[in-house]
Amino acid sequence: MSLELKRVPMAEQEPEARKHNFDEVSLGYTLEEAIQEAKRCIQCKRPRCVAGCPVNIRIPEFIDQIAQGNIDRAAEIIKETNNLPAICGRVCPQEEQCEAKCILGVKGEPIAIGRLERFAADYALEKERESQVPVSNGIKVAIVGSGPAGLTAAADLAKYGYEAHIFEAFHEPGGVLIYGIPEFRLPESLVRKEIEGIKDLGVKIHTNIIIGKTITIDELLEQGFKAVFIGSGAGLPRFMNIPGENLNGVYSANEYLTRINLMKAYDFPNNHTPIKVGSRVAVVGGGNVAMDAARSALRLGAEEVRIVYRRSEEEMPARLEEIHHAREEGIIFDTLVNPVEIIGENGWVTGIKCIRMELGEPDSSGRRRPIEIPGSDFIQDMDIVIMAIGTSPNPLIVSTTPDLKVHSWGGIIVDEETGETSKEGVYAGGDAVTGAATVILAMGAGKTAAKAIHEKLKVREDQLLPL
Amino acid sequence: MFEIMEKRTIGPGIILMKVKAPLIAGKAMPGQFIMLRVSEEGERIPLTVADYDRGEGSITIIFQEVGYTTKELARLSPGDFIRDFAGPLGMPSRLDGQGRVLCVGGGVGIAPLFPQIKYLYNQGTDVDVIIGARSSDYLILVDEIRDSSSNIYLATDDGSLGHKGFVTDIVKRLLEDDNRYDLVIAVGPLVMMRAVSSMTKEYNIPTTVSMNPIMVDGTGMCGGCRVTVGGKVYYACVDGPDFDGHLVDFDEAIRRQQMYREEEKEAEHNCRILSKI
Repeated sequence: MSLELKRVPMAEQEPEARKHNFDEVSLGYTLEEAIQEAKRCIQCKRPRCVAGCPVNIRIPEFIDQIAQGNIDRAAEIIKETNNLPAICGRVCPQEEQCEAKCILGVKGEPIAIGRLERFAADYALEKERESQVPVSNGIKVAIVGSGPAGLTAAADLAKYGYEAHIFEAFHEPGGVLIYGIPEFRLPESLVRKEIEGIKDLGVKIHTNIIIGKTITIDELLEQGFKAVFIGSGAGLPRFMNIPGENLNGVYSANEYLTRINLMKAYDFPNNHTPIKVGSRVAVVGGGNVAMDAARSALRLGAEEVRIVYRRSEEEMPARLEEIHHAREEGIIFDTLVNPVEIIGENGWVTGIKCIRMELGEPDSSGRRRPIEIPGSDFIQDMDIVIMAIGTSPNPLIVSTTPDLKVHSWGGIIVDEETGETSKEGVYAGGDAVTGAATVILAMGAGKTAAKAIHEKLKVREDQLLPL
Repeated sequence: MFEIMEKRTIGPGIILMKVKAPLIAGKAMPGQFIMLRVSEEGERIPLTVADYDRGEGSITIIFQEVGYTTKELARLSPGDFIRDFAGPLGMPSRLDGQGRVLCVGGGVGIAPLFPQIKYLYNQGTDVDVIIGARSSDYLILVDEIRDSSSNIYLATDDGSLGHKGFVTDIVKRLLEDDNRYDLVIAVGPLVMMRAVSSMTKEYNIPTTVSMNPIMVDGTGMCGGCRVTVGGKVYYACVDGPDFDGHLVDFDEAIRRQQMYREEEKEAEHNCRILSKI
């Protein structure tokens, strides 16, 4: 049998059409396409893809089931290790993880593992759910935050038999999956379905509770929670500290995306949260969040949207697919350019003053350090500027939990093996620990902590048994 | 869902609501705020806590019907539920250890000032209060404040109650007569807080103002509420809402308050259409 080196392409909305709507860009495989793609897998004896997955999904097994047309079974296999597969199939950087390890990638294109995961997960979500609530052992565990880390930890803990309670500050669960990642990349309806699946495991979600304000970690422990997992993310936006950043029309990407995604400002005034659309929009940054903000601006109706990034395209942290999609839609990339001032008139943004950069020696991140080219500054007209240069962990919990040790930059210090913090019985994972990273890494951390909590509490409960 | 226990109209378009929220009531301190959302399509808005009752488990809010959300909220009655209600947010006001305090409230800003006055008075602080509004109808909580203060001074723009003129006229007089205040707290429209702060600066009296900028989440996530204080940028939701009135960049704050003026008009237009249907 000869190897099929090309992957089955996945249908997408045409750029010209999609840049005017918030509907999902990638349309997913049909059953036939999925089976065809799955059949390319050579079912390695020692699969490297599994090791490349932060939650170690048994990839060849589920692909084999798809190849045989057993989609339900494929979904079950994925669900055993991944509680949010429809989400991961869409937003995981597979090209750096499982797919990067695929042996087919040596001569051709690696198996489209992400697309197949998405296919199997969507297929399962379409069906009637049969909820199988695990038998509860009555031991309560609190989870702070309902993003990918918290949802995963809660789901795993529920599966181990614990009574998992998630506390969410917003009115809607999902964390960054709901407020951050736009509809055109990750439809809200799908996130809701995945969350329903987690609730079906018996997980309780309490919204409008701000841990650190409404209830503290210590109070949770006093109230009978035997362990706490903090998955509060990295929600604090950074600004550049350049002149003009407080002009009207300057947003953090967090605010911009939250208004659009969580608060549905794209549907103003039917939804009541407003947003400034603008005609010329600059998005500062080169990560996925910058791409999301830029593409959202276009969809809101901006005429010209530019990504302003201080290094070259090669160093951009965004996924290639996102950069590619953004460019197809007409986003302009100004690379090796850095803003030095935001210009305004009567309090409103009118332009952005930038300076050109060149790349010098590699810095601590291993990427070549951008250096200003003296005298190369120039001004571009803009009416909206969006800062997408990163976020830090929110200090709300740390500031009200005195014995929780943190790094100087705000990340919670944990034992990497278990996720346990400096405070006994309190675990943490995801962006709250690592700083802004990926959905799947947060999920991996949630899994690790759930397992460690189980190990610890199991031991304790054993000790309580009469001899 | 959070039940409305009581609703009273205490001035023209000014409504007091007591909301059942035991967890928040158990924690709330003067100066803190809550975020609420009325409906599925609603905006999240911050409202400063106007009172709290830990025993009853209630939070009192006072608001003026000025935009879509406050109008929507005003349509609810006792027994109805507010969809989302979260808090207490922000840092509590620093009120301990003060000898003599002057509190200045303007318009609905009197509401968030009230728990501070009450707290100070109950811990034995000598507290003088100046409150002012457009006319006597708009002057809220007069009796409650009278019961919780050493001296109360009233001002109305039209002279229908108390001094005819602004609260700042009284501030000026009091400071000229006797300026031995350890702290001045001003809560009200930005222009009023700016005027009070510039007066107290001459006398070097520490002055706290309460900022109420536009915000989305109230927990430090959006950064929309940034205020410049002493040349540094702070998030009002987590670092405030109280700041040093002598250092706040009021001009910037006033400008930022206008960010969605056009959109608000559009939303309000829609609101009027809705209420006619």
